[in-house]
Amino acid sequence: MTVLEKRAAEEAAPPPGTPPRRPRGTAWLLTAGLVLALLVLVPVAAGIGAYPIPVGDVLGSVLHRVGLGGAEPDRVAESVLWNVRFPRIVLALLVGASLGCAGALMQGVFGNPLAEPGTIGVSLGAAVGAVASIALGLTFLGNWTLPATAFVAGLGTVLLVYAMSRSGGRTEVVTLILTGIAVNAFCGALVGLFIFLADTAAVNQITFWQLGSLAQATWPKVLAVLPCAAVGLLLAPLYSRRLDLLALGDRPARHLGVDVERLRIVLILVIALLTAAAVSVSGVIGFIGLVVPHLLRMAAGPGHRFLVPGSALGGAVVLLGADLAARTLAAPAELPLGVLTALLGSPFFFWLLRRTRRKQGGWA
Amino acid sequence: MIRLRTRPVPPPVPVPGDVLAGTEGLQVRLGGRTVLHGVDVTVRAGEVLALVGPNGAGKSTLLGTLAADLPAAEGVVRIHGRPVSDWSAPELALRRAVLPQSAALSFPFTVEEVVRMGRAPWAAVGGEGADSDDTAVGEAMARAEVTAFAARPFSALSGGERARVALARVLAQRAPLLLLDEPTAALDLKHQELVLRLCRERARAGDAVVVVLHDLGLAAAYAHRVAILHAGRIAADGPPAEVFSDRLLTDVYDQPVEVLPHPRTGAVLVTPRRDV
Repeated sequence: MTVLEKRAAEEAAPPPGTPPRRPRGTAWLLTAGLVLALLVLVPVAAGIGAYPIPVGDVLGSVLHRVGLGGAEPDRVAESVLWNVRFPRIVLALLVGASLGCAGALMQGVFGNPLAEPGTIGVSLGAAVGAVASIALGLTFLGNWTLPATAFVAGLGTVLLVYAMSRSGGRTEVVTLILTGIAVNAFCGALVGLFIFLADTAAVNQITFWQLGSLAQATWPKVLAVLPCAAVGLLLAPLYSRRLDLLALGDRPARHLGVDVERLRIVLILVIALLTAAAVSVSGVIGFIGLVVPHLLRMAAGPGHRFLVPGSALGGAVVLLGADLAARTLAAPAELPLGVLTALLGSPFFFWLLRRTRRKQGGWA
Repeated sequence: MIRLRTRPVPPPVPVPGDVLAGTEGLQVRLGGRTVLHGVDVTVRAGEVLALVGPNGAGKSTLLGTLAADLPAAEGVVRIHGRPVSDWSAPELALRRAVLPQSAALSFPFTVEEVVRMGRAPWAAVGGEGADSDDTAVGEAMARAEVTAFAARPFSALSGGERARVALARVLAQRAPLLLLDEPTAALDLKHQELVLRLCRERARAGDAVVVVLHDLGLAAAYAHRVAILHAGRIAADGPPAEVFSDRLLTDVYDQPVEVLPHPRTGAVLVTPRRDV
C-alpha cells in the first residue's frame, strides 16, 4: 500500500462522531424575549390611552378579578380597562398570532418566502366573504356568521391561488405574485360591488374592513373568532417537522414518509382558518405574516419547530405594538392599523423582492 | 378522513440474496408516450445494480417507478415483496431511500439539518431515541465527507458538495434499498469513486443498491450487475464482464465502443472508439 492509499483508507473509515448541532439557544432566547415583551407590553398598552391608568392599577385590577388580592381601581378606570382596553388587547394578540402563524405556514407550504395572506390575496378574499355577509345582512349563524363567511371565502381564495400558481410541483415567485395581483384586483372589485349595493350603515361598516382596525373590539367579537384562531394555532405546530421536509421538494418529502397531498390540504385549511379569524374582526392587516416569520428565520434559522409557534408569538407582540402606536401616535385621532402596518411593511416587502431577485439572477 | 395512526414497522434486516424490489412486465407512460415497455428487473440484497443506457432510454423512469414516484400503466412493481401501492408513505420511507437527480431546498437549512431530515422516517417508529439519530447522522456525514461543512447553509455550497450532502441524507435514512439517480453527475473524479465505493460498502452490509450511471467504466468496476436499457426495454442484464460487449454497446449507444481488459488488472474497460 502506498502512502497515498493508506491516507485514503484512513479517510474512508472515519469514526462515527456526533456532529455539532445548531445551538438551540437562539430559539430559546428569542422565545424568552418575546414572552417578556408581551408581559411588558400588555399592561403598558392597557394603561395608555385617552384615560390614562397607571400600570400598578392595571395589575391590581387583574389580580382583583382573578381573586389573588390586588385592589379595584375607580369605577371609570375599571370600566375602561375591562370593556374597552382588554378586549382590544386580546383581539390584537389573537389577530397578530393568527397572521404571523398563517404567514409562516404559507411560506412553508408554498416553499416560497414571499407568500403571505395579504400579498397573495387571501386576506382580501376572506374580506369579500365578510363584506358580503354585512352587505346582504346575513345572520344564519348568529355571532359566527361573519367569521364563517370569511372562512369560506378565504378558503376558496387560497385554493384558487394555489391551483393557479403551481406548476410542475413548484411555485415560481413571479407566478405567485402575479396571481396575488390578479386575485387582489378581483376581490377589490367584489368589495366595491358590495359597497355599491349596500345601504349607508353597511357602507360605514364595510369601509372599516378596507382600512383594517381593531377599534371596534368587544368581548363578543373576541368570542366570535376565538374558536377559529384557537383551532388553527393549536393544529399548526403539529405539522412543523413535515414542513421542514417539504423544503426538500414534494418527491423527497414523500420519500421521507410525508403524505404530501394530505399535508397540503390540511395546512391550507389551517391557513384559511387563521386568516379568516384575523380578517373577520380586524379587516385586512397586511405584512405581519410576511415580516415576522422572516425576521425570526434570519435570527434562528428556518426550522419550523420554532418558526411556527415563534411567528404566532412574534405576530402577537408586533400587532399589539402596532395597535398601541396606531391609537396613540395621532391621539386623540386614531390611525387605521392596516394603513400603519402597510406603511412599515411595504418597504420591507420591496427589499425582500430585490433580494430574492438578486439571488435568483432575475425573474425570467 | 380521520384514521388512527398505526406505527410503521421497520423491515427485517435483509439476508444477501433476498429480493428487495422488482418489476414484472412493467409499462410506464409519461405524457402519452410509452417510456418503458415490459421491463422485468429484480433487485437483490447485497448487490449493486447499475442502470445504464443512452439518454431517454428510461433509466430514471425505471428508478422513479421503483421509488413509487411514478405509477405503472401495466405490470407490477414490488418493494419487499408487496406491490408499492400497498405500502403507506411512512412504511415505504423505512424501506427505500431515494437520491434525486438534483437537490433543491427552499429555505437556508444547514448541511447538518438537511442530513438530519433523513432520520424523519424513524421518528414515527419511536423507541430508538435521539442517540441513534445522532450516530446515524454523524456517520452518514463522515462517509459522504461533508462533516467539514456541517454548519454551513446548504444554499452556500457548490453543486458537487450539495450532491454529497444529499447522499449523506439518503445514507442517514438507513433504508435497506437505496435508489440513486446519477449520484456521480456533479462530482469530481475522487468523489465519483467515493460514492461508488460507498455503494459497494452498503451492498456488503446487506443493502440493495440501484444506481443510474452514465459512466460505463464506473459501472463495470463497481456494479455486481448491470441492466442496459435501450428505448424502454432491457437490452441485457447480468455481470458487467458478461453483458458489456463491443457489439451490444455500439448498437445501444449508436456510437462505436470498445470493451478491453485492463493491461494490469484485467478488469473491464469501456471506451468509445475515437478515430482522430
